[in-house]
Amino acid sequence: MPKITYISDNGVSRTIDVPLGDSVMEGAVQNNVDGIVAECGGNCQCATCHVYVEEKFLPILKPIAEDEDAMLETAASPRKSNSRLSCQLPVTAAFEGLVVHTPPTQQ
Amino acid sequence: MGVVIIGGGQGGFQVAASLRTEGYEESITLIGDEPHVPYQRPPLSKGFLLGKQEQRHAELRPAAFYEAQRITLVTARATTIDREARRVALDSGEHIEYNTLVLATGARNRLLPHGNVLYLRTLAEATDIRQRLAAAQDVIVIGGGFIGLEVAAAARTLGKQVTVIEGLRRLMARVVAPIVSEYFRSQHEAKGVDILLNATLQGISEKEVLLGERIRRPADLVIAGIGVVPNVELAHEAGLPVGNGITVNEYLQTPDERIYAIGDCAESPNSYAGVLCRLESVQNAVDQAACVAKAIVGHPAPYGAVPWFWTDQYDIHLQMAGLPAGFDQVVTRGDPQTRKFSVFYFRGGRLCAVDSINRPADHMAARKLIGTRATVSPDQAKDESFDLKGWSGL
Repeated sequence: MPKITYISDNGVSRTIDVPLGDSVMEGAVQNNVDGIVAECGGNCQCATCHVYVEEKFLPILKPIAEDEDAMLETAASPRKSNSRLSCQLPVTAAFEGLVVHTPPTQQ
Repeated sequence: MGVVIIGGGQGGFQVAASLRTEGYEESITLIGDEPHVPYQRPPLSKGFLLGKQEQRHAELRPAAFYEAQRITLVTARATTIDREARRVALDSGEHIEYNTLVLATGARNRLLPHGNVLYLRTLAEATDIRQRLAAAQDVIVIGGGFIGLEVAAAARTLGKQVTVIEGLRRLMARVVAPIVSEYFRSQHEAKGVDILLNATLQGISEKEVLLGERIRRPADLVIAGIGVVPNVELAHEAGLPVGNGITVNEYLQTPDERIYAIGDCAESPNSYAGVLCRLESVQNAVDQAACVAKAIVGHPAPYGAVPWFWTDQYDIHLQMAGLPAGFDQVVTRGDPQTRKFSVFYFRGGRLCAVDSINRPADHMAARKLIGTRATVSPDQAKDESFDLKGWSGL
């Protein structure tokens, strides 16, 4: 299981083994990681699982689809070039060592 | 004491979670009658049936969350509310006292007067249907609404022969315009699903379904999705007013100021409908829960979130914003032939709802436009060169 590190806005870091195929959001929620709310349950409907992905990992992520793009526009914290919705990131072996930062607020 | 929440669905869960986010320090007890931690239902008729998602994906939070947040989960059915004593009785014989009570009792499936038919609402029901689907060949779905069509899409994707039986003359007739109904009919038929409209169900036997005059359809699995009935009995027996749901004011409060009701079980004043309204959706449950949590910690505000809904069938993603009830004009933005278009509903010249098919940016703009009561004309809505997103202020 790839290890994914979640770093909160105030610097708290948690590293979790996330099963292949689960989303980066599910890895957080199932392990009580603060900073990811996932109000809609991972259906790309709410933008409360917004994360900033460390730049060097951006190339391994699947491209942003239209629905994720539309949702990101409504995120509560500023959208940046490395913004993603973590529910739209299914974990593959290439995610080993992935680091994401959670934004100051999701709502 | 503290807050007691009856109903362990999405709304009940969200009240508990939001209370802690809002800094509520007293005890929180969440009473649910299913033997699981709270889970979300939307995947049950979609990815779960297809085997793409499992129970743990549907669970809203792991058990450890409730311990960490000091939320006590009680698996039981609440049997009575004693408002004088501020006490809820459970079928286990226990009593739980409350300062504030939140009714998030949800709804239950409407049932047919026939046997040999399955229904889908709970994880247990979805698990049973998933197992039976594996062995089934001919699947009949009764009801051409969201749940029925999602089940039909899943069964067809799994290679089953699927027939949808709908009593009205079009699909999802209660919630979408004819053009959207027609689009979904054509898409299901293109996938090989048989859609029977204006159909009258006469009987269901172990191996077939009888329709109208001597029309028989083979069936080794019959699943009905014909709407729900709100769970209002507990409130009614406690002397609280009940209409098409537990009646609450704009603060989602019953006439007993210590008791709130939210989600599928409650009818509340809705400024988008102009009347008392009971909505069945994740959005409504979650937003009403957050509204009540704020009220409980001393920041009451009238509930006024824009209603939105979604359904996924095959690769068609339909997102709905607003309430189309009473619409008198419809315009289309985009060409249905491209498989991406939005339908704008107007009531007395004002935009009241938008259905977007694989056009998520339209949907997000629509939520904003409807929420801010922005003025959009039918001509602007259908003109693709008109900057909808810019106009919405997103």
